[in-house]
Amino acid sequence: IMCASAKYNTRGPALIPRMKTKHRIYYITLFSIVLLGLIATGMFQFWPHSIESSSDWTVEKRSVHDVPVVKLPADSPIPERGDLSCRMHTCFDVYRCGFNPKNKIKVYIYSLKKYVDEYGTSVSNTISREYNELLMAISDSEFYTDDVNRACLFVPSIDVLNQNALRIKETAQALAQLSRWDRGTNHLLFNMLPGGPPDYNTALDVPRDRALLAGGGFSTWTYRQGYDVSIPVYSPLSGEVDLPERGPGPRRYFILSSQMALHPEYRLELEALQAENGESVLILDKCTNLSDGVPAVRKRCYKNQVFDYPQVLQESTFCIVLRGARLGQAVLSDVLQAGCVPVIIADSYILPFSEVLDWKRASVVIPEEKMPEMYSILQSIPQRQIEEMQRQARWFWEAYFRSMKAIALATLQIINDRIYPYAAISYEEWNDPPAVKWSSVSNPLFLPLIPPQSQGFTAVVLTYDRVESLFRVITEVSKVPSLSKLLVVWNNQNKNPPEDSLWPKIRVPLKVVRTAENKLSNRFFPYDEIETEAVLAIDDDIIMLTSDELQFGYEVWREFPDRLVGYPGRLHLWDHEMNKWKYESEWTNEVSMVLTGAAFYHKYFNYLYTYKMPGDIKNWVDAHMNCEDIAMNFLVANVTGKSVIKVTPRKKFKCPECTAIDGLSLDQTHMVERSECINKFASVFGTMPLKVVEHRADPVLYKDDFPEKLKSFPNIGSL
Amino acid sequence: MQTRKKYIFLTFLASWLLLFLFGGDQLRRFAFFSGRKAEARRNWPHWTDRSLLKSFADAEELQRDGDPSLLSPRERRAAWLSVYRSSRCRMETCFDFSRCEKHGFKVFTYPQERGQPVSETYGKILSSIERSRYHTADPEEACLFVLSIDTLDRDHLSGQYVRNVDEKIRGFPLWNGGRNHLIFNLYSGTWPDYAGDLGFDIGQAILAKASFDTESFRPGFDVSIPLFSKGHPQRGGDRGWLYQDSVPPKKKYLLVFKGKRYLTGIGSSTRNALHHIHNGKDIISLTTCKHGKDWEKHKDTRCDKDNIDYERFDYQELLHNSTFCIVPRGRRLGSFRFLEALQAACIPVLLSDGWELPFAEAIDWGKAAVVGSERLLLQIPSAVRCIHPERVLAFQQQTQFLWDAYFSSVDKIVHTTLEIIKDRLSPHRSRSRFVWNALPGGLLVLPDFSTHLGDFPFYYLQRGYSPSKKFTAFIRAVSQAGSLSQSILRLIQAVSASQYCAQIVVLWSCEKPPPPSRKWPQTMVPLTIIQGRRQLSDRFFPFEAIQTDAVLSLDDDTSLSTSEVDFAFLVWRSFPERIVGFPTQSHFWDPEQGRWGYTSRWTNELSIVLTAAAFYHRYYHSLFTEYLPAGLRELVDGLAACEDILMNVLVAAVTKLPPIKVTQRKQNKEAVAQQAECRDGAAGTPPPGQRSPSAPHSAPAKAKGTAGSRRFSQRQGCLNRLADWFGYMPLVSSQLRLDPVLFKDQVSVLRKKYPSLEK
Repeated sequence: IMCASAKYNTRGPALIPRMKTKHRIYYITLFSIVLLGLIATGMFQFWPHSIESSSDWTVEKRSVHDVPVVKLPADSPIPERGDLSCRMHTCFDVYRCGFNPKNKIKVYIYSLKKYVDEYGTSVSNTISREYNELLMAISDSEFYTDDVNRACLFVPSIDVLNQNALRIKETAQALAQLSRWDRGTNHLLFNMLPGGPPDYNTALDVPRDRALLAGGGFSTWTYRQGYDVSIPVYSPLSGEVDLPERGPGPRRYFILSSQMALHPEYRLELEALQAENGESVLILDKCTNLSDGVPAVRKRCYKNQVFDYPQVLQESTFCIVLRGARLGQAVLSDVLQAGCVPVIIADSYILPFSEVLDWKRASVVIPEEKMPEMYSILQSIPQRQIEEMQRQARWFWEAYFRSMKAIALATLQIINDRIYPYAAISYEEWNDPPAVKWSSVSNPLFLPLIPPQSQGFTAVVLTYDRVESLFRVITEVSKVPSLSKLLVVWNNQNKNPPEDSLWPKIRVPLKVVRTAENKLSNRFFPYDEIETEAVLAIDDDIIMLTSDELQFGYEVWREFPDRLVGYPGRLHLWDHEMNKWKYESEWTNEVSMVLTGAAFYHKYFNYLYTYKMPGDIKNWVDAHMNCEDIAMNFLVANVTGKSVIKVTPRKKFKCPECTAIDGLSLDQTHMVERSECINKFASVFGTMPLKVVEHRADPVLYKDDFPEKLKSFPNIGSL
Repeated sequence: MQTRKKYIFLTFLASWLLLFLFGGDQLRRFAFFSGRKAEARRNWPHWTDRSLLKSFADAEELQRDGDPSLLSPRERRAAWLSVYRSSRCRMETCFDFSRCEKHGFKVFTYPQERGQPVSETYGKILSSIERSRYHTADPEEACLFVLSIDTLDRDHLSGQYVRNVDEKIRGFPLWNGGRNHLIFNLYSGTWPDYAGDLGFDIGQAILAKASFDTESFRPGFDVSIPLFSKGHPQRGGDRGWLYQDSVPPKKKYLLVFKGKRYLTGIGSSTRNALHHIHNGKDIISLTTCKHGKDWEKHKDTRCDKDNIDYERFDYQELLHNSTFCIVPRGRRLGSFRFLEALQAACIPVLLSDGWELPFAEAIDWGKAAVVGSERLLLQIPSAVRCIHPERVLAFQQQTQFLWDAYFSSVDKIVHTTLEIIKDRLSPHRSRSRFVWNALPGGLLVLPDFSTHLGDFPFYYLQRGYSPSKKFTAFIRAVSQAGSLSQSILRLIQAVSASQYCAQIVVLWSCEKPPPPSRKWPQTMVPLTIIQGRRQLSDRFFPFEAIQTDAVLSLDDDTSLSTSEVDFAFLVWRSFPERIVGFPTQSHFWDPEQGRWGYTSRWTNELSIVLTAAAFYHRYYHSLFTEYLPAGLRELVDGLAACEDILMNVLVAAVTKLPPIKVTQRKQNKEAVAQQAECRDGAAGTPPPGQRSPSAPHSAPAKAKGTAGSRRFSQRQGCLNRLADWFGYMPLVSSQLRLDPVLFKDQVSVLRKKYPSLEK
């Protein structure tokens, strides 16, 4: 089965088998390739136009007026009216979409034609600028296919964005004669201005049978939830006017209304609002005495004051979006662009893309009946939330309103998510602005679970050749009650591990895995042999930790299973002179890392370390044979946003060999190298994820005046 | 031979070189030919005159949408009321908001009528409503009404079918065409089509129904609820079955189903196909034909073999050992299986076209279930195989969160229904979709407290906020009236000296008025005195005066030093959703007595932090006062004890995590509360300084005599009553204490930031 997902090896990369060559076959192949090459080249020498004619199809120079004309007989069939009971499982043919590894639907666009009735009068404008942009966007997208037989979704090139610009019956006839129409199954129509006077229906009036409708201005009664898509009414000003994003902070007006043709009843209510609250409310209207040449749509007036539209929207915290004859209003787009929080007053209106967008985070919806209370409702919103809503509003505009392309792709993505729900885009991806995506974390182990103690932990000892010391570590660790398995990672390819009989006899299973290469990252590989959630990474020279200390470490890990729980802590500091990060060792009052010479952590992080480590960090660590622990600290902090937990007073791991060499100089180069690691990793992660804390975990009764024998963990070692 | 090879090689190379020189251009075309072909797909043309195209609507038309001569908004709304009724009901047309304005969201349940027994399940639903904080006994106050007639089972072949509902309803003076009524239903319709028909006219009532189909569901008006069994617990409820987070999921099976195969009738097409995906290895799909009385009549060739296979596997075992569980439609759209799979952390693969998923208005099912299509059953195995292991882990955790937050008891299902309806009343004060789908869940987040996520203790990391950098010290004073005790003066001094202290609020809980302001010590930070009532629960009232996220709750006889406060506050900033404090106690299960025990002795564990000296988020004041039913606060006030236990239980129920104990200096015993309290038993908790390490096996609080033991048994009794009300024991134990990094280390005192903690 083809999966889009990568399959993970359980054990390092496999060796490529050496190819055996057969001389004869080799020659024959080579010969025939060259021969073929010669023939082919020769042919193209003499027949050069064959390529050109087919490849130049795309750069065709044509005008919209040159498209074929189709005459619709008066009695050509008309589709049924839209079926209100249609849902994906009743009116949509999923078999056309099929299972594919990319989980992408294929969209076909009918070629452009000009439709005329029997008398040769055209049915509508051939195509509007916006619909052309929309189709171009689909055509340039990953969704597009030019093969009508492979298509899952069909988009007619008949422009129905504005119902007032077309003849309803004839347009319907034009739809019905599309080659794959089939009662409109899997056809998608885009409409932004539905209905017409006097009753202004909230959905396109063109009979369209089972076709899906991406409509602007649906009401809850015409919207078929899970079938139609509610889209914005595009505001052409989006493309014309550049409004830079405004930072947070107070704005001149609290509430602003900029719409021109409001119903007098609404206007009365707004004026009452203004009368009550004075200067902070600004109710604008059209300008009556503009000089010639000034476009009325770019100006608004209050008494004698003239304001630029849409710039004036940036001067207000909240901007009112009232329904007009239709529910969907282009002004919503302008308001969002200005980073003004829309106050939407349009009962029963289905907000654009409401299937995926959480409008509560970007707007305030007020029932029409509650208009008089608007001021107090808006005042009750905390300032911090308003600032967030402003940012959110702007983000919605940038991502889903700013161009026809954005609108088209969001619509297709929503339909795509319905067909491949297991590959759907998440709430966070739809709704979180980039700044939030950047500063927030989504912890992969988010459920507050305290793993059962009975599970125990697996100790993973990385070793090269210090067998004697290794055996001591094994013996010591095996005394810890919750140890459930011991895994020795034998990192020496030149030497075989000792024979089975020589290993210490311990009460839990002991497994040795041999690695293909002497790499530090082998210690963090998610071996299948690790069956517990908890992993204790331990070096082959850590013999000073007592059994109580290790058992307590495990208990602490159980309370914080999504963190690194270790013994000696380390700290990173900002060096103001050098303008970079610095590594700090023992005797600080703070910690931000723990050494993985002995540390508990969740096996999931092995998986992350091996497959999801950002950038080249993993290779860098293996090349430098250093800092794998810092990399792990970065990784865990980055994905969880949480600090490490340092347990017990332990400050360093004394290793017997270390004292032999000149301690001081070794120490200094060590510190320099480690500082370098921190700077390198911080630049790869693009941030400093480590969290500094001032606490460590001790047993509840640690150093308390209480009989030692009654304490659970009496034997906690010292520094 | 060798030379010949060389010659041939050279000749070839030379001819290639020549070809490149002379026919390079053509060759390159040739090389890219296949690439070109793909590129040359017929895209939408770039029209030469595309810049001349007209806009779909001119700017004037877009901005002046609306014809002032049209129907006035008020008239339009009035017209709606008559048009959009019954099957087209929406909140704005069928619900009377004005009923909810004066008294808020109050729910009235009709009194039970004699000779009108209700089923056990409906009884549970009614008592859930009565247990909720929204219940009212006065129909005049009510915003929402719930019938006493059992409407759960509307299958007229069923024994529990109530007849003549229409007649009965019409007799109710409050019915009013069903306006503002909420009707619960689990089963509707009957053989053969199991249509949604309830057998009576619900009029304008809101329908909370299981197995809702999208077609008859009135969006934004009805509520889809899950189907739950008769044995579903009233409160508490079992926890989910996920105990460990494994990647990749270490389950024996990938996908399982075990259930009936309908030979005929509605739903049979889906169930009849299920056996096709069975592979006997990691996909187990077992069906039996045995159901109903006359199954043998419709029996087909597969039945006998299937029935044998069917017996070989145990349903529970499959549920426990599979990553995904198929949840197909039965006769109706929903099934018990759905909640069973959810609880078992077996990711539901839904095959139930047209099912309006339970609470879909709030819950984002895409995070916890695979919504499949009945028509694409055969694609399901490959689709679930392709889901990334991390995503599987996230799915599993989400099932557990949803189960625990909204489904594990009848209380939760009913309260979720009510909260969803309540949120519709004032959209601007309602929960966002994010809140419903993130821990700790919508029921525990009160939009009346705030609508800004940064004001809650739960979302700091997920949304990139951080808790406030200062705290409010909140002291409950019960000392002798008229004068201020030494200990409170010392306490105010110590706390106000903390660099993180923003303000001090004193809750004066004595009958006599507080001393005049000149008698209070001069502090660097503002000091506010609130005259409180004498109820103990008052100390957790969400006072407006508390301005910071962090509250340091103190008794007036608590003794703390500035560095203890500083350190504890920094710890709290790392764990803002928990209670962080000094003196602790613990609970344990006493198997002999068959109840929860409680101890204040020194132990190796802790599960309760006394609120006589503890940091916590101010939101917990709101939860304590608004979320808990009044009965629990009355219990605390009546006992004049254990308000701190209730607070700990509440926070643990919300977070599922233990509280945190931080380093406390050794106490010198002079600071014992010698001051007579202004009212006997007003202080709920033993002063922290007073506790001396008693031998662990001595009788509890023996030294303190009868008053002490009475308080002890009160607290123990209280703990048991709380566990009973919650339906389980929320408290979680911890074995650790957080100390400063260099605490009691043998290094120079000069290096240490908190040397005074070691004295």
